[in-house]
Amino acid sequence: MTGRPRAATEDHPLVKFALCAIAIGFIALFLVMPLATVFSEALAQGWRMAFDALAEPDALAAIRLTLIVAAIAVPCNMVFGLAASWAIAKFDFRGKNLLITLIDIPFSVSPVVAGLVYVLIFGLQGWLGQWLRDHDIKIVFALPGIVLATIFVTFPFVARELIPLMADQGRDEEEAAVSLGASGWSTFFRVTLPNVKWALLYGVLLCNARAMGEFGAVSVVSGHIRGLTNTMPLHVEVLYNDYQYVGAFAVASVLALLALVTLALKSLLEWQFAGEIAASHHH
Amino acid sequence: MSLVIDSVAKKFERFPALKGVSLTVPKGCFMALLGPSGSGKTTLLRILGGLEFADLGHINFDGLDWLALPARERRAGFVFQQYALFRHMTVARNIAFGLNIRPRRTRPSRAEIARRVEELLALVQLDGLGKRYPSQLSGGQRQRVALARALAIEPRMLLLDEPFGALDAKVRKDLRHWLRGLHERLGLTTIFVTHDQDEALELADLVAVMNQGRIEQVATPSELRGAPASPFVADFLGQEPAGPGVVPLRTGSRSSPGPRGGESSFQAR
Repeated sequence: MTGRPRAATEDHPLVKFALCAIAIGFIALFLVMPLATVFSEALAQGWRMAFDALAEPDALAAIRLTLIVAAIAVPCNMVFGLAASWAIAKFDFRGKNLLITLIDIPFSVSPVVAGLVYVLIFGLQGWLGQWLRDHDIKIVFALPGIVLATIFVTFPFVARELIPLMADQGRDEEEAAVSLGASGWSTFFRVTLPNVKWALLYGVLLCNARAMGEFGAVSVVSGHIRGLTNTMPLHVEVLYNDYQYVGAFAVASVLALLALVTLALKSLLEWQFAGEIAASHHH
Repeated sequence: MSLVIDSVAKKFERFPALKGVSLTVPKGCFMALLGPSGSGKTTLLRILGGLEFADLGHINFDGLDWLALPARERRAGFVFQQYALFRHMTVARNIAFGLNIRPRRTRPSRAEIARRVEELLALVQLDGLGKRYPSQLSGGQRQRVALARALAIEPRMLLLDEPFGALDAKVRKDLRHWLRGLHERLGLTTIFVTHDQDEALELADLVAVMNQGRIEQVATPSELRGAPASPFVADFLGQEPAGPGVVPLRTGSRSSPGPRGGESSFQAR
């Protein structure tokens, strides 16, 4: 009878080792290796080639378009997400469950279908096509269509983060604020928003990552006009199909970098404000 | 110069929470709303605080049409059962909230607010804890922060929802005496909701016993002990109904529909 006693829930060291090995191996094979490949392919012919590929006008246009789309779609979804989760978490009304289900639609529907729907509505042959053409409004194969598709795909991120937290917090604090004389606005900005700010930020970061990376829905509505309606993911595809591997991987690595920055930012915030985040979850 | 509640009724969906309640609370009175859960006592309190709307009835306070005032203009200091402290603010900022949100014209200066906060912290015996967050306080301390926060707006009345409900027995006893003392110093009209008859009888000047959306009896604790007006009241207080010729028939109280019938039969052994 030697060695320290093992807790009932503690597994055999071998089991522990095997589980860790499987997890790490899986992550390395499916996450780390592809990511490393992207960067190594981009730099396969040296930094110069990679930079040249990025400085090319079409690539720059794609980067600019992606940033513009994200800059419009993310704030929109932040406002929509806040409004929807506020309504769902703090009020009782008919059709609440339906609304919750509807918010999840973008997660369950294929992005391609989402894109097709927009083409069907706003396209030249679509329901509103004739009217839009008469009024000289371009939606499909232009920036508005890309923004719409992106908003659709990234809609749930903010709301999904906020609903459980807001529901958990209840409306006591808002009621307290009102009974102390606060108006609706000051209740929102001084009580509701500060209470969910970390979840909101997290949702916005996720939403942003997806907005910049979205391929399927945007691909359908963009029309793939080089230098005009190609976002970064679409530009990667175009270059790759043209056998311009360095260019394709260079743009891809910029995308990957943006994602990594998002991730780093999130971890940094979590680390910096760990205490405050914990406090906003528990009373 | 008192609070007059006149036939206030309220329905939730199809459940009648209040069926025409009338009650007069004299100024400066410490009043208990006593009753089992579902008797409508909390609904009445929330209507007084403006957090719930009455379907019917009038409330007059100091000559004001109370129900016509929006909650934020009533200055009714409401203390929630779970305290509802702002978790992202320090204790001091919690207490100062009602002052900080005032429009600039009526807002006290920063120094004045800080002074008031210190005063209130001293009043609720939490000196030096202003920089803490609510999560770093004990239940009894949170309770007193909530009270200080409600007092900061110089309320016209104080409304307490199960003020001791979430505390353990020892803290509960201490806080009871302290609250009674505080009431005597401030003289505010105070209404508190409780389901604990000992608490109501020990603390209150007047007790309104509620049952199924109605008030069964309003009386001082000694009157209530001496002469319960209905079998329900007697049963709820754990006594036999008084009155001439009432034989202490043990099973009599058990037949009353009060939800505490089970307890009275236990007592009858």
